[in-house]
Amino acid sequence: MKFMDSNILILSAGMRSSIQDLGRKGKRCYGVPISGAMDKFSAILANKLLNNDEGLPVMEITLVGPKIYFEDYTLIAITGANMSPILNGESIEMNFIYSVKSGDILSFGKLIYGSRSYLGVKGGFQTERILNSFSQFEGITKHRLINKGDRLRISNIDTELGVTSSKIKVKKIHFKSDKVEVTKGPEYNRLSKNQREYLFSEKFEIDALNNRMGYQLKSKRMPLKESEIITSAIIPGTVQLTPSGKLIIMMRDCPTTGGYPRILQLTDLAINQLAQKKTGDVFKFDLESSFKFLKRLIK
Amino acid sequence: MNQYKLIYKPLGSIAILIEWPYEINNDILKNIHLFKSRIKTKLADFILDTVPAYNSLTIFFDTDKIKYSSIVNKIKELYKLKDQTLKTNSILYKIPVCYDDIFGIDLNEMSRTLKISKENIFKIHSSVIYDVFFIGFLPGFLYLGGLPEEIHYKRKSLPRLKIEKGSIGIAGGQTGMYPRESPGGWNIIGNSPINIFDVKTDPPCFAKAGDKIQFVPIDLKTHQDLTKQIQLGTYLIENEVYG
Repeated sequence: MKFMDSNILILSAGMRSSIQDLGRKGKRCYGVPISGAMDKFSAILANKLLNNDEGLPVMEITLVGPKIYFEDYTLIAITGANMSPILNGESIEMNFIYSVKSGDILSFGKLIYGSRSYLGVKGGFQTERILNSFSQFEGITKHRLINKGDRLRISNIDTELGVTSSKIKVKKIHFKSDKVEVTKGPEYNRLSKNQREYLFSEKFEIDALNNRMGYQLKSKRMPLKESEIITSAIIPGTVQLTPSGKLIIMMRDCPTTGGYPRILQLTDLAINQLAQKKTGDVFKFDLESSFKFLKRLIK
Repeated sequence: MNQYKLIYKPLGSIAILIEWPYEINNDILKNIHLFKSRIKTKLADFILDTVPAYNSLTIFFDTDKIKYSSIVNKIKELYKLKDQTLKTNSILYKIPVCYDDIFGIDLNEMSRTLKISKENIFKIHSSVIYDVFFIGFLPGFLYLGGLPEEIHYKRKSLPRLKIEKGSIGIAGGQTGMYPRESPGGWNIIGNSPINIFDVKTDPPCFAKAGDKIQFVPIDLKTHQDLTKQIQLGTYLIENEVYG
């Protein structure tokens, strides 16, 4: 049996494209962020379509898609944001399996909805695995992003597989929801009655400062009397209120600790949905009912 | 184990935030680390990760195996246990630091403001044994407690965009070392050639919360020699069991 590497070649990198799985677990005690796909739901869906384990690494693509040359045979599926994917010059569907062969070229066009796409390949990407995760992160993996000219190893498939799956429909609410579900954060009680009312009545706009580490929001400054906390743990989805009164939502690459009051906490569903929003999008915070929250906590 | 009145709160639905009284001191630090190792030993099946900090301990648990309310009850029971058998082993690491002006770019300003000679600043800095409170901010960034009050110095109002890997800094009553190049607002007084964080090893950081650190002054020539040894992989950090 011949055994060879299979590869894809990056002809152009797109914007902030990176390899992500479900994160680097169990290393927070050394200050290592969890990382992983910003929209886990879509990353898992790409793997499920391909009948992969849900935690295999996929390519996360942000706003502008890359151009990819396939050197070997594989199956692909694209989920998440619709960036008008094109295979060999012809439009292809989202959330569907395609077989590609040596010489095929995948590119992307106009962004239709969402902000992050996920490209899954059969058997997953076989890039650098550090501390039990493929997720690229500055200072952990050699590169923090995919670059033009990179050759990425993918799983080797020796025989051509039939494409059997049918298209899966993803509800548009995942991309269009104007509500972000939250629970109370550890310092929620520092907010005044007025501040709470403002927080849940106002529409917030996503500032240009948004990336895998966090999303800053445009808001009225709402400073707290006690504006700092003794440094303590933060997790993806933690909403911090800075001393100058700005709201920042921590995302998947956030540090393990922070020093600002944690006033709200996004649910995992909300993090996935926020990951599909971009600069200028607006939403309201929606406080999850205590009943629903307790149901998740209590057995 | 001392008994503090602890507060338990959920952090999302994946973690439990346990809070000690709102202050920074060594008794609380010891209590956090003792409790942490007790939880990790006795509830190993359920615990995925821990993030200790100055006055808090966050426990990440396996939500597939147990719900928040059940794990909190188990943890509360553990805190009540009276047994003294669990002792944590601290290791003291001796970290070589070159306090030369080449690296210590804020020493001049600090010396002028504090009215302490540069030499005395680094003598004071390397005279004590520091506690590793926890690791955060960046992978391998140790938060150290125990900086002598004479050399406390306020954080820069405008952070630098680039601080070299290995830089030793002071911010308020804290001192620490940059595990990699990064933006930062700490006052830089020296540089260590050692790799405090290395992804090729697991665990990636030789020190852990609860360990001790001492800084050992070295000259520029030694810094260069050690840098070479570290590149060749022939340098071992001096360490001993402490206490």
